[in-house]
Amino acid sequence: MRFGFAVISAGMLTLVGGLSGCSEDTQTPVRDLPLIEASYIAEGNPETLREWGQVQLSGGALVLSDNVAPYDLNTPLFTDYAHKLRTIWMPQGTSASYQEGEVLDFPIGTVITKTFYYPVAGGADEAAVLRDTSSDFFQGSKLPLDNIRLIETRVLVRREAGWDAIPYRWNDDQTEASLNRIGGIIPLSLVDGNGEATAFDYVMPNVNECASCHASDSNSKALWPIGPKPRHLNRDFTYDDGARNQLVYLTNGGVLTGAPDDPSAAPKNASWGDIEASLDARARSYLDINCSHCHSPIGPADTSGLSLLPGATGAALGKCKVPIAAGAGTGNRRWGIHPGKPEQSILVYRLESDEADKMMPEIGRSTVHKEGVALVTDWVKSLAGDCS
Amino acid sequence: MLCGSLKRAALAVLVPLTLAACSGAPERAQGQLRDLSLANTDYQTTLQEQLIDAKPGDVITIPAGVYALDRMITLNVDGVTIRGKGADKTILNWQNQKAGAEGLSVKANDFTLENLAIEDTTGDGLKVNGGTNIVIRGVRVEWTGGYKTENGAYGLYPVQTENVLIEDSVAIGASDAGIYVGQSKNIVVRNNRAEYNVAGIEIENSVNADVYGNTAINNTGGILVFNMPGLEQRGYGTRIYDNDVNENNTENFGHEGTPVASVPAGTGIIVNSNDDVEIFNNRVAGNNTANVIISSLFSAGYADDEQSESFDPYPEGIWVYGNTFSGGGESPDGLELKALKTMLFGPTGAFPDVLFDGHVDATKMVGGKLPDALRICVSDEGVDILNIDGPNANENPRVESEAYRCKLTPRAPVKLALAEKAGR
Repeated sequence: MRFGFAVISAGMLTLVGGLSGCSEDTQTPVRDLPLIEASYIAEGNPETLREWGQVQLSGGALVLSDNVAPYDLNTPLFTDYAHKLRTIWMPQGTSASYQEGEVLDFPIGTVITKTFYYPVAGGADEAAVLRDTSSDFFQGSKLPLDNIRLIETRVLVRREAGWDAIPYRWNDDQTEASLNRIGGIIPLSLVDGNGEATAFDYVMPNVNECASCHASDSNSKALWPIGPKPRHLNRDFTYDDGARNQLVYLTNGGVLTGAPDDPSAAPKNASWGDIEASLDARARSYLDINCSHCHSPIGPADTSGLSLLPGATGAALGKCKVPIAAGAGTGNRRWGIHPGKPEQSILVYRLESDEADKMMPEIGRSTVHKEGVALVTDWVKSLAGDCS
Repeated sequence: MLCGSLKRAALAVLVPLTLAACSGAPERAQGQLRDLSLANTDYQTTLQEQLIDAKPGDVITIPAGVYALDRMITLNVDGVTIRGKGADKTILNWQNQKAGAEGLSVKANDFTLENLAIEDTTGDGLKVNGGTNIVIRGVRVEWTGGYKTENGAYGLYPVQTENVLIEDSVAIGASDAGIYVGQSKNIVVRNNRAEYNVAGIEIENSVNADVYGNTAINNTGGILVFNMPGLEQRGYGTRIYDNDVNENNTENFGHEGTPVASVPAGTGIIVNSNDDVEIFNNRVAGNNTANVIISSLFSAGYADDEQSESFDPYPEGIWVYGNTFSGGGESPDGLELKALKTMLFGPTGAFPDVLFDGHVDATKMVGGKLPDALRICVSDEGVDILNIDGPNANENPRVESEAYRCKLTPRAPVKLALAEKAGR
């Protein structure tokens, strides 16, 4: 076992499951299915998430299988305040190699999962979930499901021909996640700290829409993971046996080669909520993870001439830049970023909108990320210069 | 099947509608929002699944009927044809769209869309982002509630594509451009109709386009050839010929901040910051600001933007000849142009057929003159050109037709195998 975190072997669980099967107690909740080992499925679209053996239901929690590593990003993509459990797994004996500015070079057989979930609000409305930005529900190697509603789990698998994206939707009973290539609209209601509820449509993307973000090179149109780049991964994570830097953890686990021994030598984006970090670093990190998979010189939004990669500057970054084909997305404003004037900047307008033809990103959210808007607004306000 | 159920449902309540419903879609007056009460709401899932599972070479046919969709439909597979039964028979309507910036979003090569209608999308109707060999034929894209700022931006919108044919199609009501080809190469746009859009047909940052046989009527601007700064590809080489460009006098209902929002209502054909454009054999009539405008990005109000430093805003190598002009120029849009017209031509007079904003790149001059290939030429006697002296805040506007009596080398037709195959 390469990773340090605790796992229960599949065999043990089968046994436990078998024993509990003897019980005559009809109140027993739906029994867990036997656990399956994580594996690489080289072709096809397995009908259930369980078949991948990466994350599975067990004992009232979503548990990670042996050698499946959880990870977080310094700043995550905003998806309607959903919480996300990210995992990564590589076949025995393989490893990823470090690439400084790029997604790690993962071996064939790598499986990445991302599970979207919300804490439930409780009460009569089953669609009510909490708008909770601070809590961390994941515990080392499992996500206890008390008061959690699982929405969907997306699988990215590195196959011979490249990455495939395969989405699974959790059922209402929360007993199974089944293949759902067509996506869907899931009505939910976000309840804030004051108990105020706002209804919204959680939109689960279809398979093709995966490419809207993950085909980050508009020429090759091949799918790529977005998060597992050094600058996003370079942070601590609280594993079962304590907190460690994720790059170090993966290296020590034998599944990452070539990373600097000292993670401070690797690029590191700010956490968008880290008040110790500079406003510029936080805002640029936020724009990087939320926008730059399309808004780069090779991304599908290169049609706009706007780049939100960490190194972009000047008009390419949107400063005093005229819109190209923004349509209603201009919000009657003239410049991408009008330094010092968020209320005159198209960038801010598009983050503030939740209308399909105006908002950015174009997909992946139905609500406005108020805290993200506040951050970018403050940043634009802080910029010097003027457009005329 | 669908038609049968429509008929039954309709018979129960509204007998007069039934016959129309079965010849395709219910009849509808222009400007009347499409009624979706009997529309098929299940089909979008079928269609999206078909597109996900499509293999190169597949033809996906959509039966006649009215289909209500609430999400963007996407295609990422090369070599697929989507075909309906006719632009008034197979109707995809996104009036109740909940998600997606387009109705139909395509990222694929060798794509053909034909014989159907795309209606009432929240954002763009059809966007094809990247890809070679794109055919759009017999498609109607329309915002059925009439023209308004709230309508989606672009109707038919291929961008960063190569080898593009748009023909026999109709675009109505787009709050930006009805038919818009952006950042593309090798383009034929022919025999289409564009009406009540801000821009009827727009070619932007594109190389080698032939635009002919189209009708652009009742738009804010009929046919536009633009270059915008900050993009990889500079556009040049468009021929606009044999089009009818009439009465494009609809108020500018575009979103402020968009480039087309600066186009004055009453513009027939406008070339903005683009080069090597040939405008000939068109019938251009009754466009109240001017039948033809030749301008630079300076006039679009973007003179000081940061990207202008590396951008050539000057329209060069523009040749206007052999067109039939009538009317137009009597009632220009905007106070400044109105005042200018009255000052120069009196309250009942009219601007000449061609308006030039007067911005010329002095750095390219040789001996005080532009090289021949960079000139603006209006060759026909009787077709006048007004230089409004934009660089000097309109201090010395003047009709100076004689200075533009020149000819350029005719451009070769666009070679597009897709267009030849069709045998038109």
